Amino acid sequence: MKRLAAAFERRAQASQKVLVAYLCMGDPSEEESVALALGCVAAGADILELGCPFSDPTADGPAIARASQRSIEKGGGLASTLRAARAIRAKTEVPIVLFGYYNPLFVRGEGTAVTDAAAAGVDAILVVDLPLEEGAALRARAGELGVAVVPLVAPTSAEARAGQIRAVKDRSGFVYYVSVAGVTGAAAAPLRDASRQAGLLRAATGLPVVVGFGVDSPEKARQAASEADGVVVGTAIVRQIEDGTTPTDRMTRVTNLIRSLRSGLDGAS
Amino acid sequence: MQDAQRPGYFGQYGGRFVSETLLFALDELARKVDEIVKRDAFQTEWRGLLTSYVGRPTPLTETARLARAIDPAGKHLARLFLKREDLCHTGAHKINNAIGQALLAKKMGKRRIIAETGAGQHGVATATACAMFDLPCEVYMGSEDVRRQAPNVGRMKLLGAKVIPVESGSRTLKDAMNEALRDWVTNVDTTYYCIGSAAGPHPYPELVAMLQSVIGEEARAQSLTQTGSLPDGAVACVGGGSNAIGLFRGFSSDASVALYGVEAAGHGIASGQHAATLTAGRVGVLHGSKSYVLCDEGGQIQEAHSISAGLDYPGVGPEHAHLKDSGRARYLSATDEEALAAARMVARTEGILPALETAHAFARVGAIARELAEARGRPVTLVVCSSGRGDKDLETYLSRLVDS
Repeated sequence: MKRLAAAFERRAQASQKVLVAYLCMGDPSEEESVALALGCVAAGADILELGCPFSDPTADGPAIARASQRSIEKGGGLASTLRAARAIRAKTEVPIVLFGYYNPLFVRGEGTAVTDAAAAGVDAILVVDLPLEEGAALRARAGELGVAVVPLVAPTSAEARAGQIRAVKDRSGFVYYVSVAGVTGAAAAPLRDASRQAGLLRAATGLPVVVGFGVDSPEKARQAASEADGVVVGTAIVRQIEDGTTPTDRMTRVTNLIRSLRSGLDGAS
Repeated sequence: MQDAQRPGYFGQYGGRFVSETLLFALDELARKVDEIVKRDAFQTEWRGLLTSYVGRPTPLTETARLARAIDPAGKHLARLFLKREDLCHTGAHKINNAIGQALLAKKMGKRRIIAETGAGQHGVATATACAMFDLPCEVYMGSEDVRRQAPNVGRMKLLGAKVIPVESGSRTLKDAMNEALRDWVTNVDTTYYCIGSAAGPHPYPELVAMLQSVIGEEARAQSLTQTGSLPDGAVACVGGGSNAIGLFRGFSSDASVALYGVEAAGHGIASGQHAATLTAGRVGVLHGSKSYVLCDEGGQIQEAHSISAGLDYPGVGPEHAHLKDSGRARYLSATDEEALAAARMVARTEGILPALETAHAFARVGAIARELAEARGRPVTLVVCSSGRGDKDLETYLSRLVDS
């Protein structure tokens, strides 16, 4: 959790925004995912979200759903994602968020999953389909190990959630604000509104707030970050990996994207 | 029934494992179920439609020839009754729920209905209800199911619904539900998601069970009227489990009535190609609720297999998981071949061609009668939910049964 706080603190002191990079681990392979993640960090990403692929990703759009399927076909999943986290942690102190769906964690056993994640160097866990109401056990176990459980807030839930999140503030790390009612990769997310909401949410919770869903260009990153602490980019990275033809091509595409987003964000500050 | 202390839970099962955006839509729906569905005005209107439009009450038919075909000596099975949901308008029990939810959607001011469907019966029922209520309807259906349930696809289109084939994953019911959830999260303000099974996040399992419990209510009253007593056992097929929970709820307070669910064993449990979630699955989370699921040790959901599209689902409603653990209901399974043979027997002895789903329940009647008769020391009376008619399965039946 300390690494997370430090990442937000460092950008805030420089009046800059945090860039969170999501990768679907195991697409195209576990090894290449590790290399691409490290490439993102070198290109200016502040936090890594390591996506644990799930067979039925109902909160994701087609790009991440396809990537998840490709990864699972090659043996991707929680075990592979944790191995990748360990490999990344061996090389860098970048904050790592384990991002995924609940069933793989539940089937491994929440306690075991959180212990394994902490041992792999994971700083926070974000479970898309585990709302605050169902997540008490996971939060408790994660809290004992110093692992944050990041709450999601959606446009439909912002008002109701602020107070509840304040109550679990110490165990949250940051808040992920979902910009739009929809799935990842949504084309027409209202990012300015989302950023405003994120700003209000930060004031109400005292936690850093990042905006995700629909951020795929420097201009959109700038909009989304304007009143928030940072942005999450996922589908755009996954698409570059899907479109790339060789490991070198994929690395070039992904790092170019991260660099362009970084300069978009820095232009805003 | 739901845990009084924890709404939305049946024992340890159920809950709302959904994305943040949907959670609040589910909150709204749960409120509306309390404010609208549970009120007398809604109940009167809905039950009126069940009578005048669906054709309820459906008969409880005694099937003596089938009973003798199953148990020629009459040692185990004294009497066998079918609760004739196959006689409902549109040919299956699914319409009870679809009419109820479409009526609720109308009263909530929703302007568009979406649904998922496996066998197509829920899709047809929803398309029917939407035509009647003048609501646009879009139905997600796995492309594999579109292929094997072609007559129902045609029916939905004739009724004015849009059928959206789903190409992802196993291209069956599970994937149709994934796509419906993605649609709902994107259009949550205007759209009502009409789930067809007693599965999904709270309040769906309770809502669907409430709307299907008309099956069990009627069956119980008809048993008393027609036989002077309650049956010894009630039997239904279980995919997601809506016809079964509807039948079971009628008898849940009658400890003397044993409850049996029959899952799809596909090519056999040992083959790994089956849909027997309660029989061979593990506890997990799929489509918004905690229940039994078919998944690997990494938590990835596995593809189910059944000859019957309506049972071809790697999850099951949470109330069934609780009934299994508590021992109140028992869950058995029947293979594709056993279901086909049972369908043929029911058709030839009673002139009733059951849906492939329903045929799974018939396939275990003999074994259930034997077990229950031995426990009670006398031949028993069973009620089977004849959940749907087999016209939609003609292609499968014609290719697999006609020459046999």
